[in-house]
Amino acid sequence: MMDAGGIAGMIRVHHTARLPFEGGWAARLRAEARVKFEQFEHGADVGVRGFGSTPAEAFRGAAHALFALLAESPSSVRPAVEERFELEATGLEELLVAYLNELISLSDTKHLVFGDFEVEIRGGAASAWRLSARARGEPFDPERHESTVQPKGATYTAVRVAKEADRWLAQCVVDV
Amino acid sequence: MTAFREVEPNVWELPATGDMRVPGRIFASRELIDALDEKVREQLANVASLPGIVGAAYAMPDAHWGYGFPIGGVAAFDPDQGGIVSAGGVGFDISCGVRTYTTGLKGEEISEKRETLAHDLYRTVPAGVGWGGAVRLTPDELDQVLLGGARWAVESGWGESSELARVEENGCMKGADPSKVSRRAKDRQLGEIGTLGSGNHYLELQVVDEIFDAVAARAFRLEKGSLLVTIHCGSRGLGHQIGTDYLQRLLPLAGRDGIRLPDRELACAPIRSPDGEDYLGAMRAGINCALANRQVIGALVRRVFARHFPKASLELIYDVSHNTCKAEEHVVGGRPRLLYVHRKGATRAFGPGHPELPEEYRAVGQPVLIGGTMGTASFVLVGTAESERRALSSSCHGAGRRMSRTQAKGQWQGKALIRELSEKGIIIKSHTAKGAAEEAPGAYKDVEEVAAVAEAAGLSRRVARVRPVACVKG
Repeated sequence: MMDAGGIAGMIRVHHTARLPFEGGWAARLRAEARVKFEQFEHGADVGVRGFGSTPAEAFRGAAHALFALLAESPSSVRPAVEERFELEATGLEELLVAYLNELISLSDTKHLVFGDFEVEIRGGAASAWRLSARARGEPFDPERHESTVQPKGATYTAVRVAKEADRWLAQCVVDV
Repeated sequence: MTAFREVEPNVWELPATGDMRVPGRIFASRELIDALDEKVREQLANVASLPGIVGAAYAMPDAHWGYGFPIGGVAAFDPDQGGIVSAGGVGFDISCGVRTYTTGLKGEEISEKRETLAHDLYRTVPAGVGWGGAVRLTPDELDQVLLGGARWAVESGWGESSELARVEENGCMKGADPSKVSRRAKDRQLGEIGTLGSGNHYLELQVVDEIFDAVAARAFRLEKGSLLVTIHCGSRGLGHQIGTDYLQRLLPLAGRDGIRLPDRELACAPIRSPDGEDYLGAMRAGINCALANRQVIGALVRRVFARHFPKASLELIYDVSHNTCKAEEHVVGGRPRLLYVHRKGATRAFGPGHPELPEEYRAVGQPVLIGGTMGTASFVLVGTAESERRALSSSCHGAGRRMSRTQAKGQWQGKALIRELSEKGIIIKSHTAKGAAEEAPGAYKDVEEVAAVAEAAGLSRRVARVRPVACVKG
C-alpha cells in the first residue's frame, strides 16, 4: 500500500487543510510583487512558467500559470478555502513537479480552483529541499471560471528551475 | 543526431547509435517525416536505450512530441532480458481510448432531430472541466470497478454482456490490484465514472462516408450512410494520479537498478521486480477504470437514443485502448516470446486469426478506430497479418496534433469556428468556445494522410471513412 498522500518515493508530503487564515501571511502577500507567469507551447499539451526574484516566487508564478488553465484569470478566484501542505524532495525541479502535482490532486479531489498561492522553500545543498505551501481558492464554477482544459498531471518534460540573468524561472509541461 | 533513412516505402529507420540498444523505426510518408518534430526523433532514441527493448522503438504515422515516449510510440520489453515497464511509457491518461457503436439508423433519419439529439447527449453525458458523473461510488464499489472494468459496469446494469467480447481483454483486464492504487487516486475518481473529461475527449455522431473494404465493413456492420456514435475518453482522475504517483516512486529507483534514464519522464522498473509488479497492478486497475467509464457512457448514450429514436439499436463495433502496457505473445526472430508492449497514443491492431478477437471478427481482424477532429473525417481500419511483423500489431490512434493549443487559440476564434462548422453541417456542443478553438481541425495533422500511410506501411487497412455530424466536446 502506498501512503495516504499518494506520493511515495523521494517525495514526502504532509497535509493540513482548511485551517484558519492567519494575518501574517496575508500581510506578506500584500507586500509581494505582482506574480509573473506565462504558458508556453508544447505539442498537444501546455507548459507553465513562473518568474521571480527567488525560487519560491517563481514556483508561485508556475502555480498561477497552471490554474490559468482552470480559471481565465486566477486573480479573480475568491479565496474562500485554504489548503496547506508540506513537501520534501531531493532537487528543486523534483520539488516543482511535486508541488504542481499536489495542487492538481487537491483541485481534482476537492473540486477546487486556486488563485492565490504562498510558497516557502528551505534546505538544499546537502539536505533535502522542503516546501511549505498554502493555496487559497473556491469551488470550481464553470460559469465564472472559463476553463478550457483540466490538467492531468505535471511532467518532467521541459522542467527547469534556474536563475537566468537576474531572475528565477520555474517551468514544466503539464499534461492536459 | 543521425537522420532517418527510408528502408522501405513509408518505413524510416533511425540507426542504433550511442546508447540505443535497437534502432528507431517510424512509419510515415515523406510529407509526414518532413513535418516531424525533432523531439520525436530524440524521444525515440531515448526509448531505444531502455533495458530489454526488443526489435525497435516504433513511432506511428501520427507521432508527435510527448513526454518520455513520443505520442504514437510503441515499445516492447522482454522480462527475461531485464526488460522494464515504464510509467511514462503509458502516460497519465491510462487506457484512454475509443469505442464506436452502430445505431441501426441512417444519417438522414436523424436530420430533423439532430440538434435535439446532440443537445440531449450534451446534457446527459457529463463533459468538460468540472466534476460529477452519473455514478457516485463508495470506496468498496470503486475497488470492484478497478477489478472488473467494463464487466463491472455490465453487471451493474450499464449495457449488455454481449458487448464485452468486443472490448479489449473481454472488458476486464486481469492482474489489476486495487491495493496498489493510492487513496488519493481513488478519491479523485469516486464521482467521475461516466464522465468524458476535457481536452481532446469527445462524443461524436458520425455518418459512414465511404467504404474501402467491403468484406471487413460487412463484418463490422458498416454501410455507406449508417449513423455511428463514437466515444473518446479515458481513466479520468484515477489514471492521472496513478501516473503521477508511480512516476515519482519509480524515478529514484533507476540508479539503484543500474538503469540510465535519458529523460526523467521514462521512469521505470524491471518488469520482474516488486516495484514493476506494483505499477503493473495499479496500471491494470487504471485500464479497468477506463473500460468501465466508456461502458457507462455507452449505456447513457443508448438511453438518449431510446428517448428520441425508439427503433435505434446501439451495437458496439469495438473498444480500443491507447495508453497501455500489456503482456502479449509476439513472434520475434522466428519464435514466440512474451513481451510487455507499451503503446502510448497507439492502438493494438491484431490481424486475422488472432485468438483474442471475438469470433465474428476473427476472419477479418481487429477493428482499429482512428479519431479525426471535430471538422474532419475519422477512420475505421482493420488489423492485418502484416501489422504483426511491422510493429508488433500496432497502428495509429488519431490525427496527431501539428499545432500547440496556444497557437490554435491564437489562430481561431471559438465562436466563429463553431459557426463555420455548423455551416458545414456539423453541430458542436462545447462547454467552452475557447476549448473548441484549441481543438480546431486545422491544429491537427491531415487524418486522411495518416490513415493512408497506416495502410501503405502495412500497419492496418482502411475499412471506412466516417464524417462527423455532431460533436460533444469535453
